[in-house]
Amino acid sequence: MYPPEFLYTKEHEWIRLDESVGTIGITDYAQKELGDVVFVELPKPGDHMTAGESFGTVESVKAVSELYAPVSGEVKAANSKLQNSPELVNSDPHGEAWMVRVEISDRSEIDKLMTADQYEAYLQQEKAH
Amino acid sequence: MVAPGGEALKRTALNAAHRSSGAKMVDYCGWEMPVEYSGITREHLAVRTAAGLFDVSHMGEIEVRGPQALALLQHVTCNDVARLQDSQAQYSALMLPNGSAIDDCLVHRFASDHYFLCVNAANTEKDYAWIVQCNSLGADVNNISAQYSQIALQGPRALAILRKVAEPDPADLKYYWFRKARCAGVEGILARTGYTGEDGFEFYFPPASSVHVWNTLLDAGKPEGLIPAGLGARNTLRLEAGFPLYGHELDVEITLLEANLGWITKFGKGEFLGRQVLWQQHLAGVPKRLIGFEMLDRAPARDGYPVVIDGKKSGKVTSGSPAPFLKKNIGMAYAPPEDAQMGREIQIEIRGRLASARVVSLPFYKRPK
Repeated sequence: MYPPEFLYTKEHEWIRLDESVGTIGITDYAQKELGDVVFVELPKPGDHMTAGESFGTVESVKAVSELYAPVSGEVKAANSKLQNSPELVNSDPHGEAWMVRVEISDRSEIDKLMTADQYEAYLQQEKAH
Repeated sequence: MVAPGGEALKRTALNAAHRSSGAKMVDYCGWEMPVEYSGITREHLAVRTAAGLFDVSHMGEIEVRGPQALALLQHVTCNDVARLQDSQAQYSALMLPNGSAIDDCLVHRFASDHYFLCVNAANTEKDYAWIVQCNSLGADVNNISAQYSQIALQGPRALAILRKVAEPDPADLKYYWFRKARCAGVEGILARTGYTGEDGFEFYFPPASSVHVWNTLLDAGKPEGLIPAGLGARNTLRLEAGFPLYGHELDVEITLLEANLGWITKFGKGEFLGRQVLWQQHLAGVPKRLIGFEMLDRAPARDGYPVVIDGKKSGKVTSGSPAPFLKKNIGMAYAPPEDAQMGREIQIEIRGRLASARVVSLPFYKRPK
């Protein structure tokens, strides 16, 4: 279910690392919790994002949810497809619905993220709660 | 689930059925209710194009009986109860002396000395206490909410589905009329009412039969496209239809005239709670009025977002949401009457930024005849 090559946050974002660039999206668990996604607001290339802080929002019919940055860095690209096809977040959260690519400024932040196994254990804990 | 106050959430008789069908359950006004089953958009569209089945057993029922029943209801509600015939229902509001509503409600007349009110779940106990407090005439007032489950079958296919399982044939039941009927063999009260902007029915019946009635209707409606629908779709459907929701468009500081409910405010019937304030407002004009708006910018407006008119903050969005059938982002808010004209551009503050919106006429959606 959760790709082993990704790292995860407690706020249900994933990040895929490729050298110094990270690609970020939200997890399948997050899209299920949100329901039908109708709007995604992302930063522009050149914007700076800070680990743990909001970098955008994703909205379903029912709710508004913040996106939290897994790492700090400069935004290199935002997925413009999501502007007209926000429903991709529901249909392909770990693939086509990637949200931003970021040039990571502090690699030590990566150590604080969870592996797929750790994230799945975390979800079990959350559900039991 | 546990309510914020710490006490256990109330459950309808269909709670286990909802859970086993995979519904997402939420705390709604102290009740554990299904917010969605297969997705709000899908459920919303099913009601607009086929049919949806809602568990609304959290709604309250209050009975008013006796020779003084009519006089008491004329005093505490704004609509003219004397105009009702047996088996007829009307939309109304339970009034406060300041011209605001303590709740909005449906008043059903069984007989000239027997009425049945359907009220909002969150307000049931408060409503009951208020009616009792106003009952100097000695009518017989009872909170009979625990005696009823309530389900709503809504959508253009609702009648075709119901005809398969209800007796007598519901085809000749007119809009806002009700009668005793059997649905899936269970006796109850069948009303042609609803809160979605579509044709549809609401059925009140003994809770013990809930799962049987629910499943029988779902099975009968499957070929017609019937699916269960949750409170999420109920909210977006009523918003598209421009219906107020208590606690949003209505509260104890908003008068009926401000809420565009002049059509249920019957000055001609004589005294009722709040009449004086409302009559003054009728003569002098309202200081604010409920408006509908649609977003011109892309982000949806949400409940509580500030409304900005000509650079000045002017109240808050009372209800705001993406509208799944209209495929627009819509909302309602209160604005000074001079700013309420159609086409007027206003702004909604969304996460610190101003987004453009336009005043449009209510309702946003009207079903095709």
